Order: sequence, then C-alpha cells, then structure tokens
Amino acid sequence: MMKKHSASDIKKILIDKSLIIALLIMIIAIIIISPSFLQWRVVTDIMTQSAVKMICALGLMFPLLIGGTDLAGGRQVGLAAVVVASLTQAVDYSNRFWPNLPKLPIVVPVIITIVLVAIIGFANGMMVSRLKMAPFIATYGMSTIVYGINCLYFAKKPNNSQPIGGIRSDLRFLSSYKLFGQINLLVVIAIGMLVVVWFVLNKTVFGRDIYIVGGNPDAAKVSGINVNRIIVSVFVIESCLVGLAGIMEVARTGGANSSYGSAYEFDAISSCVVGGVSLSGGVGKVSGAFIGVIIFTFISYGLAFIGINANWQLIIKGAIICSAVALDMRKNISK
Amino acid sequence: MDEYRLKITDMTKTFPGVKALDNVQLLVKPGTVHALIGENGAGKSTLMKCIFGIYKPDSGTIEIDGEKVEINDPHEALVKGISMIHQELNPIPYRNVSDNIWAGRFATKGIVIDETQMRQKTEELLRDLEFDIPANTLAKNLSVSQLQAVEIAKAVTYNSRIIIMDEPTSSLTMAETEHLFKIIRRLRDKGVSIIYISHKLEEVFEIADEISVMRDGKYIGKWETNEINMDGLIAQMVGRSMSERFPENEHVMTNETVLKVDNYTSADPHSFKNISFTLHKGEILGIGGLVGAQRTELVESIFGLRKIISGELELNGRKIKIVSPRDAIKHKFALLTEERRATGIIPMLSIVDNTLAAGYEELANNRFGYVDYKKMVPEVKKVCGELDVKTPSLQQQIKFLSGGNQQKVLFCRWLLMDCQIMILDEPTRGIDVAAKYEIYKIMRDLAKKGTSIIMVSSEMPELIGMSDNILVMCEGRLTGSLNGKEATQIEIMKYATSYSKKEGEETA
Repeated sequence: MMKKHSASDIKKILIDKSLIIALLIMIIAIIIISPSFLQWRVVTDIMTQSAVKMICALGLMFPLLIGGTDLAGGRQVGLAAVVVASLTQAVDYSNRFWPNLPKLPIVVPVIITIVLVAIIGFANGMMVSRLKMAPFIATYGMSTIVYGINCLYFAKKPNNSQPIGGIRSDLRFLSSYKLFGQINLLVVIAIGMLVVVWFVLNKTVFGRDIYIVGGNPDAAKVSGINVNRIIVSVFVIESCLVGLAGIMEVARTGGANSSYGSAYEFDAISSCVVGGVSLSGGVGKVSGAFIGVIIFTFISYGLAFIGINANWQLIIKGAIICSAVALDMRKNISK
Repeated sequence: MDEYRLKITDMTKTFPGVKALDNVQLLVKPGTVHALIGENGAGKSTLMKCIFGIYKPDSGTIEIDGEKVEINDPHEALVKGISMIHQELNPIPYRNVSDNIWAGRFATKGIVIDETQMRQKTEELLRDLEFDIPANTLAKNLSVSQLQAVEIAKAVTYNSRIIIMDEPTSSLTMAETEHLFKIIRRLRDKGVSIIYISHKLEEVFEIADEISVMRDGKYIGKWETNEINMDGLIAQMVGRSMSERFPENEHVMTNETVLKVDNYTSADPHSFKNISFTLHKGEILGIGGLVGAQRTELVESIFGLRKIISGELELNGRKIKIVSPRDAIKHKFALLTEERRATGIIPMLSIVDNTLAAGYEELANNRFGYVDYKKMVPEVKKVCGELDVKTPSLQQQIKFLSGGNQQKVLFCRWLLMDCQIMILDEPTRGIDVAAKYEIYKIMRDLAKKGTSIIMVSSEMPELIGMSDNILVMCEGRLTGSLNGKEATQIEIMKYATSYSKKEGEETA
C-alpha cells in the first residue's frame, strides 16, 4: 500500500530514528577520519567482540519484552564463567580448582553450569510472577546473592580467590578455531542464537505470548494465557543465555574470576534499548538488539581506533544510552 | 434445553462499606437481546463482572442452559461460552488486529504460528461482519470505534452462547451503531443471547427484546420491550423518594456573577465542546450527566489540569487565563477531584501535611523553604475542628480515616487557602450516608459564606437536593439547564441521554 508521507510524518520518523541516524553519522565520521578503519580485520574484531555481548543482549531482551529486567544478568555471566572454568581445567595444570577432578566430557561442565543459572532464572521468575515483586529490585537482590555465592565458591581452598586458568583446549577451541581461517566459533554461536531467538519470538506461540503479556498483561490473562508461566519461562531462558555467555567468555579469555560479567546486564539493556526494545514491554525486535550491540561495539572500537581518550568514550556511551531511553519514553508520551 | 440461557439467582456482592449487589437475579432467554439498565452505581457492571469471573460474588448461583456453573476467572467464562465487550477497551497496542483477536488461541502448523491461516481467518471474519479494517494494522493505530469492532469480532470468534456488551455504543456514530445492531440481530437469530447494557434508552427500545432494571444494587424487575414506555422505564430506574437526606436550602445564592465560562472547548477532540455558563456568588451549581458526558474533563480544564483550544474565563468581571493548577489556586479556585484516593489524599502523610499540601508556599510563612509547623498546626487544628474531622490525632496518617473524613480533610486543605470557587467532582462518592449529610452541610455553610460551588455529580437526588441550578451534559455538549428547585430526575435523565452524535461527526 503506497501512502504519501506528510511533512510531519517525515519529521516524526526522523526524530524516532534520530539516534540511529546520529550513530551512523558517527561511524561515517570515524571512517573519514581514519580510512584504514575499513579493513577485514576490523570487521572480524568487531564480530568477535560482539559475540558474547550479543548473547547477553538476546537474553536480556526476554525480560525487557515483558516489561521487566534482570539486574542479576551480569553476575550470572560471572558465576557461569567461574563454575565452567573450575570444571574444565586441564588435568596437568598446576593450580587446579578441584585437584582430583578427572577429565569430564566437555558437555558435563556445560550442562552443570546451564542448569545452575536456570535455577537462578527460575527463582527470579517466581519472585516476579508469584510474589509480584518489581523485577528491578527482585533481580537486584538476586544479583547480590549470586555474586556472594560466586565469591564463596571462588574463595574455596585451595583456589583462595586466585584467577582460574589452564582451561582445556576443547573449550578454548571455540575461540581458537577459525572458520575459513577468519570467523571464530563464538561468532557462529552468536549468529546461531540470533536465528533461534528470532524463530522463537516470531514464529512460535510462546514467542507471541511474550509480546502479548508484555503489551497488555490483563488482556493476556483474559485470553487464557498463563501469564505467570510465561514470566517464569522468560527468566529461565534469559538465564540460560547469559550462562552461555559466561561459558563463551571463558573460551574467549582462557580463564575466569569472580568479577567476570560485572555490569554486563546494563550493556545488554542499553544495546536493546538503542535497538528499539521498549523498557515498558511488548515492543522489540531481534534485529534491534543486533543493531544495538553492533553499534556499541563499533563505536567503542572506532573511537579507540581513532585515538579518543577512554574517558571520553565513557561519556559518549552514556549520552547514547540517555538519548535512547528519552526516545523510548517519547513514544509512550505521544500514545 | 432449559427455558433460560442464563439464570442468576440470589447474587450478592459486598465491597467494604457498600452492598453493590443485593440478592440480584437475572433471567435471559436464548436468542434474545436482554437490556440491563439503571443509573450509574446501580450495580450493572458489578453484576456483569461477577458473571464474567472478574469479581467473585459472596453468594448466588449462575446457571447456563440449566447447568450450574462456577466461574473463577475470565478465561473460564470464555470457555463456558460467555464473552464480554468491556466499556473500557483493552487492546494490545503494538500487536496487529489478527493477534488481538486470536491471542491465546493462535493457529499453528507444528510449532510454528500459521500466519497465513490466521490472516485468512481474520480477513474472512472481518469481511463477514462487514468491518473495513485491515488485519495487519497495529491496534494502537485504530480508532476507538474500530477497536470496538475488533472486540466484537473477537467475541464472535469464541462462538459464545452469551455475549455481554457494556455500553458498546458509547463511542460509535449513528451509522456505526446501526451496523452494530445489524450484527447483534444476526447473532440473536443464530440463538446467541446478548446482554446489552446502555444508558441510551432510545437504543434499548430499538434493540432489546426484554429489559431488566437495577437500582441501588437491587434487581427491580423485568419487562418485555412492548410492555413499557420510556417514561415508565425512567421512573423504574430512578424510583426512589426524596427523603430528608439533604440539609435545607436556604437559598443564599445572589445575583452577583462570580465566574463566567465562555465557549470552553477541550483540546481533546472527543471531549467537551462550546460550554458556556455563569456561576453566582453563593451558588451551588450542579453538573449532571452520565459517565462519559465529559463533566470531569470540563471542570478539570477550568482548573487548568487539562488543555483547551478555545474559550474564555471571566472572574469577577475580569478576564483571566488559567493554564495550570497553580494559576487556578492563585485565583482562589479549589478542586476536589473525582478520584479521592488517586489524586486527592496523600495516603502516607499525616492529616496536617495533607491539609497543608496545597499551601506550603503561601501559608507556611516559610523562609528558605522551612515549614513552620508550630505556626501552622493551630490553623490546621482550627479548620479541622470546624469541619469536625474525626480522628484521634492530627498526626494520624490520612489513609486510616474513613472516606468521609478524608473528604473533610480535603475541604480543609482548600479552606485554608481561602478559596472562592470550589469545584467538587463527585464529592460524596464512596462515602456512607451519614457522612454524606455532613459533606452537604459543609457545602451549604460554605455557600452561606459566599463561596460559589460547582458540583459534578452522577447521583440525581444529590443534584436535585443540593443545587440551585443544574446543568446537564451529554457526550461533551451542554444539553440542558434546569432550576434546582423545579428539576426532576426524569427531566435530568432525558437531557443526559438526549444528544446523539450526528452522522460523520468526529468520533475517532
């Protein structure tokens, strides 16, 4: 259907998309200042750096879609990283976390880790659905608990809070192996998850129910949708994804410590919001989360590339987040 | 098959302090349109919410086609063949029409949603009902009447045996109403029973086969449409005697004009248009009408809470402009809002702070923002004493007071500000009978002192019992102006239902 846009329509579109436009201009400016930015290595760097963040953003997108949030997201990344690292050290490594642990098949530590964070997600979901707690504060409490547990585990003898190293090569394989000699497996996993999440959200009843619960919980209830079940599932899925991010982080860095994942949830939320996922729930696309993550990596990488001071980078990043939220709120005001 | 599609017996529902339903019954035959009418607060909506599983009745039984059922939530109601079109539409704004209709019942192919099938079913349905709405439009982009159409379509898809329609025409034009009636008749001929709640009696006579009347939470009776005429029906709706519920009107109203509202038109195109009236010193001016008449919108606009696009105010002969509540307060206006809990009291704060809420700046004689309680508390005490606020202590949190006492504290708030024009929006809503009398007494005393009062009320006895003059609004228009002494409930009701939106007029 062809429709002519009036001047005010165009103005509205320009304002709604102003952030994306501004960021594109920034990227173009970076390229003009430093044309060498346009090279294959930069692209693969950005993809690799984005992979873990992408998984986190996809995860956090779930609670955001029901109008919630998960401030424990980052700490779950940290816990997953420490747990999986502690279980996948090479048998001949000198400072083993569990000195007498035999070599487990790689799926065992991965499954243990995912189950562990899924339980945390389940607890988050129960607090938000059954106990009707505000997600903001419920998950903040959970984040503190998770961090505490992580530190306790990390301080266990004989580790005594030493960074965990000596990760087995079959886990490190994820970042060391390069598909076509260029793209590492972390990127492949991220792309795979993008497709899976896109499918779930767009093609399945469960995904559609998430949007309906987020858009209008009362209508969802009247329509016979089990709202509490959806909320709990959303948090469990999110936890599994950030858990996966923790595992990938270990594969990428070859180690772990208890401060891993700190504030990752905020980066993830910011990326989602910049990509148009509404904090009020019910609105948001996987493509938006993707664009959000890429933009953030692009800009921080690009600013560093042209030699902008790291402190200035923080200021610019903060300004982007504030503008994104302002635009999100603007949509609600005009409603 | 049983004689009745729906049989409600002895249903009672109490809310704290109010008996909303008192042993109500309702008998609806299959394949009929059954109108349910009554004044605001008569209990119609409460009854429907009990049937639809939103409220749980204290007692009473529901039988559908002779089978006793229990309905615990709206979803159970839908499963048992009852659907409801709510007065307040509740769409999922960022989903399309198709999703809004099929939420909870999506068609699937394996684990994948079958978009094509859903789209087809939706389009078929909309075409069948002759609604011209594209199935892929987002609900937030639909007009109110289109949303209404979507709700109707949704109700039809549940293949319900009973469809409850709560004021379905409140935002429809005449043509759209006719269209709705066509659909209703078609459903009826298919054997569906329709419970039709409306304030528009002309409509009721046009569409209903039977009419039930409720009043004050009680079931008054049932008539076949051809058994009763409009006046008879109105008499049944309002039929109560005016007893000694109001303090005597000493008619202290003067001829001195205090406020002149000229041609006020809301910035919201669906709200009030071209309202003009005058208010005299010592007058109690009632504004009557039904829910949706835009009375609250009008008085809140006068107080500067809502925007207008045209209109002038003249206070004591001088033109003034009010664009915010601060302006209004400066000109000695006061407003007691309709929603006492939401926009009146500050529940956690003490009576003292609630009384001072509007006047810290003007009254506290503050320097550098310091509130001099020592000086203020005696004044609060004095005014609360005058109005006989019943409380163990002025430091009590206001949430612990009864509705009537809370309302008195709000009166105190404005008395401290020495207001000249007091706007009261449903001043006795949710207040028990004894406290009501006290509120009326306060109003009379204020009028005697020369304060002018505008009172929005949906209770007709209150309007007649208290007002010197009564304005009646209907759908944003001023439709009648009556002398309080001579007004009757029947007359008010007539004006309150008299305006119908003309063909092609803005409704969206």
